Amino acid sequence: MSIALSEGEIAPLNYFLHSYGPASMPTLHLGWAFASIVVTVFLIVAALLSVALAHKRRPDTGGIDSDEGGLRWVYIGTGISTCILLGMAVYALLTLNAVARPPQVPALTLTVTGYDWWWKVEYEHDDPALNFVTANEIHIPVGAPVLIKLKSADVIHAFWVPVLAGKTQMIPGLTNRQWLKADAAGVYRGECTQYCGLQHAHMTLEVIAQSPAEFRQWQAAQRRRAVPPPAGDAGRKVFMDHCSGCHSIRGTEAVGAHAPDLTHLKSRRLIAAGTLTNTPEHRAQWIAHAQEIKPGARMPSMVLSPAEMAALSAFLSTLD
Amino acid sequence: MTDRTDSPLARIPETGRAPSGSDAETRLARLWATEPGWRGWLSTVDHKTIGLRYLVTAFLFLLLGGIEALIMRLQLARPDQTLLTPEQYNQLFTMHGVTMIFLYALPVLSGFSNYLWPLMLGSRDMAFPRLNALSYWLFLFAGIFLYASFPLGQAPNGGWFNYVPLTDRLYDTGPNIDVYALGMVLLGISTTVGSVNFIVTLFRLRAPGMSIGRVPILVWGTLTASVANVFAVPVVSLAFFMLWLDRQFGTHFFDAVNGGKPLLWQHLFWMFGHPWVYVVVLPAMGIVSDALPTFCRRPLVGYAPVALSTMATMLLGFGVWIHHMFATGLPALALSFFGATSMVISIPSAVAVFAWIATIWLGRPVFNTPFLFFAGFVLLFVIGGLSGVMTAAVPLDFQLNETYFVVAHLHYVLLGINVFPVVGGIYYWFPKFFGRMLNETLGKWSFWVMFIGFNAGFFPMHIAGLLGMPRRVYTYAPNMGWNTVNLIMSVGAFVFAFGILLFLVNVLASLRRGAPAAENPWAAPTLEWAMPSPPPAYNFAVIPIIASRHPLWEDWLTEGEGRSSLETGYLLMEGRETLGTTPLEARPDIILKMPEDSYAPFFLGLSGSLIFAGLLLHAWGFAGLMAAAAGLALIAWLWPSRALAQRVPAIKPDKGVAHV
Amino acid sequence: MSEIMRLDKPLPIGSEGKRAGGWWGLLALIVTEGALFGYLLFSYFYLASQARQHWPPEGLPPLGTASLNTAILLASSGFVWAGERCLRRRRLQWSLASMAAAILLGAAFVLIQFGEWEHKHYDMAAHLYNSLYFTITGFHLLHVAVGLVILLLLLLWTALGYFDGRRHAPVTIGGVYWHFVDVVWLFVFTTLYLTPYLF
Repeated sequence: MSIALSEGEIAPLNYFLHSYGPASMPTLHLGWAFASIVVTVFLIVAALLSVALAHKRRPDTGGIDSDEGGLRWVYIGTGISTCILLGMAVYALLTLNAVARPPQVPALTLTVTGYDWWWKVEYEHDDPALNFVTANEIHIPVGAPVLIKLKSADVIHAFWVPVLAGKTQMIPGLTNRQWLKADAAGVYRGECTQYCGLQHAHMTLEVIAQSPAEFRQWQAAQRRRAVPPPAGDAGRKVFMDHCSGCHSIRGTEAVGAHAPDLTHLKSRRLIAAGTLTNTPEHRAQWIAHAQEIKPGARMPSMVLSPAEMAALSAFLSTLD
Repeated sequence: MTDRTDSPLARIPETGRAPSGSDAETRLARLWATEPGWRGWLSTVDHKTIGLRYLVTAFLFLLLGGIEALIMRLQLARPDQTLLTPEQYNQLFTMHGVTMIFLYALPVLSGFSNYLWPLMLGSRDMAFPRLNALSYWLFLFAGIFLYASFPLGQAPNGGWFNYVPLTDRLYDTGPNIDVYALGMVLLGISTTVGSVNFIVTLFRLRAPGMSIGRVPILVWGTLTASVANVFAVPVVSLAFFMLWLDRQFGTHFFDAVNGGKPLLWQHLFWMFGHPWVYVVVLPAMGIVSDALPTFCRRPLVGYAPVALSTMATMLLGFGVWIHHMFATGLPALALSFFGATSMVISIPSAVAVFAWIATIWLGRPVFNTPFLFFAGFVLLFVIGGLSGVMTAAVPLDFQLNETYFVVAHLHYVLLGINVFPVVGGIYYWFPKFFGRMLNETLGKWSFWVMFIGFNAGFFPMHIAGLLGMPRRVYTYAPNMGWNTVNLIMSVGAFVFAFGILLFLVNVLASLRRGAPAAENPWAAPTLEWAMPSPPPAYNFAVIPIIASRHPLWEDWLTEGEGRSSLETGYLLMEGRETLGTTPLEARPDIILKMPEDSYAPFFLGLSGSLIFAGLLLHAWGFAGLMAAAAGLALIAWLWPSRALAQRVPAIKPDKGVAHV
Repeated sequence: MSEIMRLDKPLPIGSEGKRAGGWWGLLALIVTEGALFGYLLFSYFYLASQARQHWPPEGLPPLGTASLNTAILLASSGFVWAGERCLRRRRLQWSLASMAAAILLGAAFVLIQFGEWEHKHYDMAAHLYNSLYFTITGFHLLHVAVGLVILLLLLLWTALGYFDGRRHAPVTIGGVYWHFVDVVWLFVFTTLYLTPYLF
């Protein structure tokens, strides 16, 4: 049921070959250096073992050979290993230093809260009227370091967008911090990487890096309240009756706090935390069959008549 | 120094010979015999029987854990499979971890050590034979306790490291986690008493002349692990107990809303968990250090460095636990320190690896089945250790942690450093245990199939991890780039399982029809090969006097002062007796009286385990009753006995014996 | 090597004082149980140091009763030590009297501790501090209870004439267990009652 990626995206979490920002680039280099050293060491040890096994020996006298010799090997081998390890440790610490803090003061701060099996994203501003909430999709401007505050609403999750940065746990009762920066525009996939229960496997997020102008456009659009059909609309009524207990739409009376904010639902690429692409058919499928698509998710499979479903779909299609 | 030679309280130990068939030997056999039938089965304290029970039970758990893994690999062979529901998968992966790490990995090594220690050390039994029996019963009952939940669909499902708050009562409402918590506390008692037994046996019950520098490396490995257990097991028992209190009584230790700290669980768990992983590999490394030299026809290179590296690894193992928590947001300074110690800990391992390679290089390898397992082990050890070095680099671990890369690492170290030496060890000691040889052809086949299957199954996990595949996911999307590696992993897993099957067939067939084994079919150096295969109940007809590290190779090596005396030694047959010696030099110190077979360990184990069943089911009255029963069993056990010289010989007590 | 074989000195048999297997076993038990209390107190300090509320939430703990209890427990240890010493000198009646006194004092400790528990207004689920308080003192009380059973058994066995001046390993071993429980109490007392005054 995971038809989450667009055509041509292959191995979007491959941080070993790809890095798109300074929070992960030093680590990519470190990874390659370490992998090369490690493979070389393995080949050397394998060669030593092979020679040890295969080299010619004088004929067997049937007895036991003396206990002499060999210690020199142990000292030399351990000595060389220690020197290599020391170098590796220093390099690792230097890399840690490089990725632990952003190079400049972050231009943007946002808070991501892990929920069982989706991500709440809050953009804050000194002026509270400019705050907004969205879900599962983060937009950032290219070339600017971003600080992400990490919280959890229930169990421990972990925020990980591999090609941009390493992972950090989201622990209830604590606020952890993660920074990242995208040097190129694009869509960067992330996954929850701390086992968090039934649908840990389907807790995806996307970080979309855009040019500063496009980012400001997106941000302005997200800040606007919804302009839904008026109160008498059938779809709106279905939503308020069945969905507003958990979901919220800014600009309406729906203020549910347990599920993703849907104010600008249509603006997102994916739904159900990356499980489905965001099309009207998939939205309808999700509403009616959530428990088959993502068994155990907090979203129930809603039982709606075809008329109700059609009205609801139409209503949701207005949430740009 | 005693005033007079009271015969019940002190005597000069007799020396002499007791060849097979002599009156002395017959009398010894009768003294140490176990009753046949179910009576003997419940009451035996013979360490060899207990050791074999541990081995068989641990292998059964290995098979259960393996089946769990194979089912998971079927689910993960292709993307988006629906063979398993998420809940089923979560219980399977949790129980797979619990079974392998707690019910197989240490118990199998306890089995080897229990069987072999007295034979290697020159003693008639372990220091506490009844405690030995108890540790087995508790292990068996704890395993049953943990598995009883499975048929009810209530098996633990929070992962084997059981992080809170996922496993708190709000998010895991069934009894699953209570089963895990209470089961682990029960198992912890088994581990602790077993460890105490090993420690005291090592320091007290060696043959005279077996100074501390002459004991086999397996003994060093198990001793080190046992000392670590004494310090490490309490913290996990405490953590699980606190979790059980949070879940059942509403305490707040891990309750973030009320001042508790989820991170405390991670600290407590890993303060145990990291030393534990060394506990389950150091004795296995000892198996290789003892058995590999036999097949290189020369002693191990660097006995002292290897023994010291064993202890150094364990000691450092207490100082690295934060490397399981690098991604938790701890300050970079703490992370740096633990990252550095996590790299340093590989240095003692390097000592051992070079020692083994040097032993092979300078020796004359005999390419039989046990040797193949030990040589293969060296390669797997190196791969596992090197992937560990990669994860020790803190920023790299930010990427690798919780991906399949770590799954690869942990399986290379656990299968490579535990399972392969264990199977090799079975091939090596099977003749001693059962008096029959395993089939050599089938043995070689089982090695190659296991080796190829293992690498095919687990090496691709490194790749999957580098491609970003997270752990503990019940399925994955088709275009993440993980399809091919997962298919290879699943195929490899089944090939490896087939290798295990070949090994089992070999064992079962050879039990009946294997070639009869001599005393020392491998011409090995250590003491266990100086007695019949299988050994008699009393182990040594006379307690030998030891003069070197390789008593059976003294014809060729000149190590110690003179020759060991194996045929002539201490008779010690006034009842079940063995010799106690001083801790370091192994000079004779005391004649130890060994207990007869007893039902007390079984009853204590049973009632103790039923206490936990009562706690699980909230049957407090029943639990209290079982506690009383356990108390009675324990009092009966500890009642001072004249036969064990724990009380004075019966003197008719006059009123006020104050002036005797 | 042959000098090891040629023994003209007799070796003791069985459970002789600190050569007894039980002595070594108890030392190992003390290490593991001591570690357990160490981890309990570590948890206390870990959680207390990060508490955002007032700690302890109900104010500083009153020292009176707990100090009395400390003195009682120390005294009981003294009597246990005395009991063993009397036994070694074969003064059986004094030994029995000492052990009985130790048991009475130990029982008093238990009763007073229960009294302190009653005095607390809320139970262990009320807040984190109480969770820690009851768990830590509860673990200790459990060890005291086991210790009392041990002392009673030792009293019984001594009265039955099982031991004399030469052989009394169980009394030595049981005595050390009791002293261990006492030492643990000193750590628990310091942590729960004294450190809040210092930090």
